[in-house]
This record gives sequence, structure tokens and C-alpha cells, in this order.
Amino acid sequence: MNSVPIEDIVKAFDLEVIYMSDNPKIGITTSDINRPGLQFAGFFDYFASERVQVVGKTEMTYLNGLDPQTRFERLCQFFKYDIPCLIVSRGMEVPDYLVEAAKKYDRPVFRSQLVTTNLVSKLTSYLSSALAPRITRHGVLVDVYGVGVFLMGESGIGKSETALELIKRGHRLVADDAVEIKKVADNRLIGEAPELIRHFMEIRGIGIIDIKAMYGVGAVINNKPLDLVIQMELWDDNKEYDRLGLDEEYIEILGVKLPKIVLPVRPGRNLAIIVEVAARNFRLKNMGYHAARELDNRLNALIQMNREG
Amino acid sequence: MLEAKFTIEHQAGLQARPAALFVQVASRFVSRIWIAKGLKKVNAKSIMGVMSLGVRQGDEVTIIIEGEDESKAMSAIQRLIASNFSEVPHNNASS
Repeated sequence: MNSVPIEDIVKAFDLEVIYMSDNPKIGITTSDINRPGLQFAGFFDYFASERVQVVGKTEMTYLNGLDPQTRFERLCQFFKYDIPCLIVSRGMEVPDYLVEAAKKYDRPVFRSQLVTTNLVSKLTSYLSSALAPRITRHGVLVDVYGVGVFLMGESGIGKSETALELIKRGHRLVADDAVEIKKVADNRLIGEAPELIRHFMEIRGIGIIDIKAMYGVGAVINNKPLDLVIQMELWDDNKEYDRLGLDEEYIEILGVKLPKIVLPVRPGRNLAIIVEVAARNFRLKNMGYHAARELDNRLNALIQMNREG
Repeated sequence: MLEAKFTIEHQAGLQARPAALFVQVASRFVSRIWIAKGLKKVNAKSIMGVMSLGVRQGDEVTIIIEGEDESKAMSAIQRLIASNFSEVPHNNASS
């Protein structure tokens, strides 16, 4: 199961560490947040203890109003649960009794300067992105006319060369060779380059090149949703390739269905132009115009007319 | 399918040169070969992929091989890692 180390959220949200546990393995496994008001009031029949606990002004005011004895008992009961961490918002003073109870059960306590609702919504979106199912796939991701085109195929088939030609023609590179794909929603995949190799590319015979340094900041983009998959493969004379484009093929990545085109590669075939055409055609189809169907309709109309005439 | 775990002892980890050597050896075989570190798994024939793992000295990696020459490929990779990336790959371009 995916898990986000608590150090990561400390860094991402610039949290102030009030108390840090020695346990290095604490991770967050859900993007949901809990505000423990009811628990402070003594209700533990249902307690989402695996969530990040955020204490805002309401909870803090309530705690401060309790008599010290009850308060300590409630907090001990609260921290006894295996909570990943507790965050105090609004930059509020963290009372000693709270830190004491947290230390007793070795639960991390942080402080954020953000207002509670803002903190909760930012945490939720950060965590759901960080916890999204992900996979690394071999291929090249390019933004062609705003369409996220994922070029797949065996090593040495010419994916990077095709991408290079596309970049020269004004399109943008997202990732070469290894693409980290993240499922951010049921039908949406976002691809990006692993940070270490971002905007670098390998061209056989030349070696490693830096696209951003070479072609400028306009030639790269950090991430991009995947819209279309182009599978490049060596031209096989015995194989039938799609001549019409009436039938759609699909490929599934992380459970998301993406349209797929199989593109036969032959020396001298300008693949960059073909990829451009595929992207334009994809946009046309999305706008409701399907060239193959249009031609088919015309043909049918003519046949119909001849029959009647 | 073959799967084996190795610890990378090379002092520089799998940085550019050892990574290139590794990819060169993997590319000699027709089998599909992957290298994984933690939850990340990449194509072992892709230099950018291998470098993106950021394997450091002492890191454990898993090699997964599937295909007709998988045992040959595994032993070649094993030799390369055991020799601490000092084995010079053959120059013949046979693949």
C-alpha cells in the first residue's frame, strides 16, 4: 500500500516540528483528514485514527476549557490510537499538556501557520496526489498540439528520435524513456518525468542531451495528462495495418482506457509528421468530427442514391 | 521468468557510467529485462530509466527477466554486478 512519510508533509507544508517521534517508519496512508473535536469530547466509538489529525481553533478552545484532569485523560485516550501525526493550525500556541500527552505515546506534533480550512484542503489535495496509484512505463511522453501523446515501443525503435523531431517542430517534451504515470482520477492519467532525469534525453550515437538547455524552456513541460497512445513497431509485411481508422483500439494503463494507434515503422517514414497528424485527428474526433466515418457516410449516401436512381 | 536481488557495491552506485554498462549488457539479450528499486520498476534496457532510479552504493535492486534467453541474461548481469562493473562488455554488436 502507498504511504507518504510524515517528513514529506513537514517539508511540503513547511511545518514547525513541536515533537518528533523516533520511529522513522510513520507514514500516512489516506488523504482524508480528521478534526478530533468529538474525540476530545470523549467519543471514541468511531474514530478515524489512521488519518492526519488537525486541531483548529474550535478544538483548541474546547480543550483549554476542560478541567486539567479530564483533559489529560481524554488526550491520553486519543494518543493511545496509532495516529500518524497531529497538526495544530493557525500558528496557535501548543499547550504543554498536549505535548506531554503526545510524548507519552510517541506521536508527532506539528504546527502550521495556515488557517484550518485552508490547511485541510491543501493537505487533502497534496495527499491524494501523493497517494495516487502510479507506475513507471517505458516510452516517451510529448505534448503535441495540447494532446498528451505517449509513444511506446521496443528499445531502439526510434521513439526518442521521433520526439526530437517533434520538439524541433515546436512541440514539448514531458519525459523520455521512463514516464511516471499517476492515476489522479477514475479516467485521468498524468505523466511526468522522474525528477532525476527530467528534460534529459538519450539519442543513440550522441548520448545524453538536455532539451531545456538546447531548445529552451518552451520545448519542455513538467507534466501532462495522457490522451493518446502510439505504439511503434517494426513494419511487418505479414501484418494488416489499419487503413481506415473506423475501429478504435484501446490500451489499459492503471485501469484507465486510452485510445491506441499501432504505427508501423519503416526507414524513411517521417514519423513526427504522422504523430502530428494523429494528434490533430484525435482533436478533430474529440470535437465531434470523425474523418473515416464522414467518408463512409458519403459513400453510403452515394450508393443509396444510385440504388434509388 | 527469473527474479533475483542484488546489492550494488559500486562506490558511485548506478550513476552514468555503471548505468550505461548495465544497460549495454541488458540490451544484448532479447528477453524483457526490468530493474526495480523499492516500488519503482523500469526497463533495464533504457539508460534514462535506469538512471532515474538513483541507485546508490549499498542499495538493493531486483532484476526481473522474462524471455527465451533469460538464464543467459541473468548470469551476465550477475557477473557484471559481481565484478563491480569492471567487466568490459563485448564489442560485437550481436543481439
